[in-house]
Amino acid sequence: MIVGKRKPFEEIKDLIGPFDKVLNVGCGTCVAVCLVGGEKEVDVLSAEIDMARRLDEKPIEIDSITVERQCDREYLEALDDKVEGYDALLTMACGAGVQFLAERYPDKPVLPMVDTTFIGVNQDVGWYEERCRSCSSCVLGVTGGVCPVTMCAKSLYNGPCGGTNHGKCEISDDQDCAWHLIYERLANQGRLDNIIAFTPAREHENQVPRTTIQPGYRKPESKQ
Amino acid sequence: MGSDNNFKSGSNLEKVLSAGHFAFTGELGPPRGGNAAEVREKAKHLVGMVDAVNITDNQTAMVRMSSWAAGLLVIEEGLEPNYQMVCRDRNRLAMQADILGAYALGIRNILCLSGDHQKFGDHPQAKGVFDIDSMQLINMIKNMRDEGRFLGGDEIDEPPKMFIGAACNPFAQPHEWRLHRLAKKVAAGVDFVQTQCIYNMERFREFVKGAVDMGLTDKCYLLAGVTPMKSVGMARYMANKVPGMDVPDEIIGRLKGAPKGKKAAEGIKIACEQIEEFKQMEGVAGVHLMAIEWEHKVPEIAQQAQVLPRPEV
Repeated sequence: MIVGKRKPFEEIKDLIGPFDKVLNVGCGTCVAVCLVGGEKEVDVLSAEIDMARRLDEKPIEIDSITVERQCDREYLEALDDKVEGYDALLTMACGAGVQFLAERYPDKPVLPMVDTTFIGVNQDVGWYEERCRSCSSCVLGVTGGVCPVTMCAKSLYNGPCGGTNHGKCEISDDQDCAWHLIYERLANQGRLDNIIAFTPAREHENQVPRTTIQPGYRKPESKQ
Repeated sequence: MGSDNNFKSGSNLEKVLSAGHFAFTGELGPPRGGNAAEVREKAKHLVGMVDAVNITDNQTAMVRMSSWAAGLLVIEEGLEPNYQMVCRDRNRLAMQADILGAYALGIRNILCLSGDHQKFGDHPQAKGVFDIDSMQLINMIKNMRDEGRFLGGDEIDEPPKMFIGAACNPFAQPHEWRLHRLAKKVAAGVDFVQTQCIYNMERFREFVKGAVDMGLTDKCYLLAGVTPMKSVGMARYMANKVPGMDVPDEIIGRLKGAPKGKKAAEGIKIACEQIEEFKQMEGVAGVHLMAIEWEHKVPEIAQQAQVLPRPEV
């Protein structure tokens, strides 16, 4: 899932400073699962903003709503008859949701309340770890299910580097060396041949905005 | 290319090694500023003492005078640079551009490194580039030199003739993988490797034997890395704080046992004993002396290690 963390409250206050009537929009999918932008978090943030602005003697009118997914037109549609009359929209979605909301209501200032951090996994309630950089050319089948792009601090394709330190990365004793893990897993599976050959320079595909069109589908504008 | 026709680069280091001499290389860290005099001063201690000198590239991720620029200053002092290039700070366009420029200005050796993570340096929030890794850098330069092609495939007008080096750490784990990683560098096209500082001689002997058995030392020159210990504190720091370093207790014990004021001398003595063994060791083509901020001591060390005079080739 996509994981995020709430922005520091001071930054949030600065962002909404100029506005007196706002709608805080939550997202019921990834950010709800990682406890940052679902219905509950929306209510908490709205209450905090309300209180802070009252203390500052600059009261704000703030309403809250959570849609199923902000990255999906089908669900955003539910907001069409609700956004009227607000100075700005706050959103607790990931960066994709923020942009889709802003795109749908181009006349409204749309303000992110969350910093999107990574595509990751749920280790425990409230504990998430990054696992994917969405590089567009997955090598996990070769590297024993450990991603060298995400899990190696230098994103090496021919690791480990000389900084590998008893199974840990040179950046921290808390960080496993991805290539050590790759080696161990492949050795255990008898698949070290996978990484014995030199891997040539990669063609980085995530350097421009990407579009994916699944086979059998077409963009709506090309349907006619 | 005239008489240099049989050489890949015609660098002094390449000629020394290909003539079968025991090579001796040094290291010089550029200053944290534009002080050319400091580079020249450090270089003066090394002239006639080493076959080539590594010019470090923003080592430990701290901004310093660029490696190629310091390399040019060193050439003016009569030393041959070994231009270090890390993958942390440049993408493939900048790397190839710098390689062409360095070649055009007379640099003939290059050492391909991943680079310490930016987290360690003075700009910990910098974006680490790592567009290509050190292995891919070796291969890119080899193709530039031998095929006359950029990484993107276009033809190069006057390819850069570089003698291509890399680092090699026999002590990092997993140990079993280290020879395969060296083999990968050989496959990528490396001409010579310089190892991490060696303190655990037993492990190193085992590594070199493996490299000889795999035929790797027939395909690239292996220079043994030596850094004399200056003090017990330095030895402890190397042992505990530097990733990928293997300092046996015996080394720390010898330094501790040396009389006060004689610790550095003992460190140099240990280094010279190592160098003596390397001269005899099958598969070892020379020594890379990393006398960190100790350039002025190199003449004394070279003298004591009996590697002088350096061969004229």
